[in-house]
Amino acid sequence: MSTADRIDPRLLEVDGLVTRYPISRGLYGALARRPKLTVLAVDGVSFTVGAGEMVALVGESGCGKTTTAQTVIRMVESDAGSIRFRGTEIGALGARELRPLRREIQIIYQDPYESLDPRFTVRDTIEEPIRVHGLTGSKAEREEKVREAMERAGLTPPDLFIDRYPHELSGGQRQRVAIAAALVLEPKLLIADEPVSMLDVSVRAGILGLLDGLRKEGMGVLMITHDLSTAAHFADRIAVMYLGRIVEEGPARDVVRNPQHPYTKALISVVPRRDPDERTVPQILTGETPNPVNVPPGCRFHPRCPVAEARCKETDPELRVVEGVDPVHRAACLLL
Amino acid sequence: MSVREPVIRVEDLHVWFELPGGGELHAVQGISFDLHEGERMGLVGESGCGKTTTILGMMGLLPATASVSGKVILDGEDILARGEDSISPHRWNDISMVFQGAMNAFNPVKTIGEQIAEPMELHGLASGKAAQGRVRELLELVGIAGDRANRYPHEFSGGMRQRAAIAMALACSPKVLLADEPTTALDVMVQAQILELLVKLSTTLGKELGLTVILVTHDLPVVAQVCDRAAVMYAGEIVEMGGMSAIYHDPRHPYTRMLFAATPDLFGDDEVISIPGAPPRLDRELVGCPFRPRCDSVVEPCATVHPRRLQLAPGHEALCHLNDSTATEAAS
Repeated sequence: MSTADRIDPRLLEVDGLVTRYPISRGLYGALARRPKLTVLAVDGVSFTVGAGEMVALVGESGCGKTTTAQTVIRMVESDAGSIRFRGTEIGALGARELRPLRREIQIIYQDPYESLDPRFTVRDTIEEPIRVHGLTGSKAEREEKVREAMERAGLTPPDLFIDRYPHELSGGQRQRVAIAAALVLEPKLLIADEPVSMLDVSVRAGILGLLDGLRKEGMGVLMITHDLSTAAHFADRIAVMYLGRIVEEGPARDVVRNPQHPYTKALISVVPRRDPDERTVPQILTGETPNPVNVPPGCRFHPRCPVAEARCKETDPELRVVEGVDPVHRAACLLL
Repeated sequence: MSVREPVIRVEDLHVWFELPGGGELHAVQGISFDLHEGERMGLVGESGCGKTTTILGMMGLLPATASVSGKVILDGEDILARGEDSISPHRWNDISMVFQGAMNAFNPVKTIGEQIAEPMELHGLASGKAAQGRVRELLELVGIAGDRANRYPHEFSGGMRQRAAIAMALACSPKVLLADEPTTALDVMVQAQILELLVKLSTTLGKELGLTVILVTHDLPVVAQVCDRAAVMYAGEIVEMGGMSAIYHDPRHPYTRMLFAATPDLFGDDEVISIPGAPPRLDRELVGCPFRPRCDSVVEPCATVHPRRLQLAPGHEALCHLNDSTATEAAS
């Protein structure tokens, strides 16, 4: 990987992304001409991931972080906005043009107990993407690629694992197989959807360290997580999502140590700390994230916001640079 | 430490399972601890270390393939002494449990209120109007408006269902509550609400005195924020137990130290490490210290001698040769 690639800030550029899911009205609802309802899962999300950068998309369940990732890889179609990958708009590409790009964006999932085919050996699992993408080559070449990917994913020595089935592997090893199956295609961007939340604490650091190493080699990593501590430790930048929108975004350390948005502040205050003597005073928000079918007007956070004012009910704030903090640290709050 | 009698005392609890192909799996290997009124203790460790088996054993809820030995003493009585006969009068009445995933185990076609009233009716504590009144009281206690009793589970959010599951466990006014991973599937904000509730219940349970809570979790920071004490389990044993602050600042077992180091902290700058290897299989005899293959501080006797349980300070004990001068000197 050349230095120019490494500092390229524009590996992935997402701008104004909107993804809606229709809700079924049922036969009765249709006959009664009830209004068509949609879930606004992603409602105007913009962010970038550079080569050699790890960006963490953080938020509670239902905030739209996974849908954002799925829209980026075109597993789910967007309703508006643009997705540019290495300068090419991919949001509107057809299946045929998209195919070579799919190789360059790979995704790994939360649950390595479900994402691997139980009847496939490690070799079969890692070799399959090569076949699917028609990069067959000779048997020896494929074997070589599989072993190389295994070594990069930390499944060493490959001989020890290559003929095993998923049930013979631990959770951490399974996740490494999933990562090897992604790496075998030599992607430029890796999306990791909650890559360690199903794993034991003792092996999490190994998987996160592996992703960190890939980042250092120049890969872009988009990590979806609900765990702010993990994001703070491993990501370069953190984007906090609430109800389909990014409400704060900036360098990981800044977002955690100097949060600007009231939602980020509350979220950080409730993260349990390792040190029992540093018991935080949790600023507990009442209720739970509202249903994205009925996004509140104005600032979507105002019904739960401890500092909301009258104007927050009317104006929907944009994500913008906050005065007095890092110029690349942005928040969407009228009061800042 | 007070001179009061503990609410519950567990003495040398063992649980083992006969395996279909012969042999046995020794899941819990001699657990002992006691808890006072209003105390909150975290039982932590990796999956498969025996946390859940320990508390199921205390409740007498293990499957028929399990064998249990040891004592669970409640108010001076060993409730394990005569099996089901001696446990059943105490189960739910004195010692109660919130199961892992309980919030997803409600019957979808019965109202929340009906389901909370069920244990009270089964135990003959209340029925009809009185039971309904108690249900409202319990819901209010866990922070749900009483008139929600006639709602169905699908009308509740995850956090509210978890509160309702806790209310159900409190139906018979137990003294001890065993909570198995009560916040694991919840978002961090809802987790904070549930943890706040557990703290409140142990501080004052209505007008009565505080509930004693055992919180089973793999999440050390949760224990650090909520519990007075922690017991760290490894391969079926408590390898270290002590006050939360002592365990964090002065861990006396390498496993405890490494578990903390494997846990990222929000503001921490230290490198997060992983613990190499995996826990041992428990279906065979373990020689020496079970943690030795993964330990970063192995000394001579670790390979051959099982470490002794040593009291290091009042209320702080660990199972490691590094604390045992006689063992290390004898070897050198």
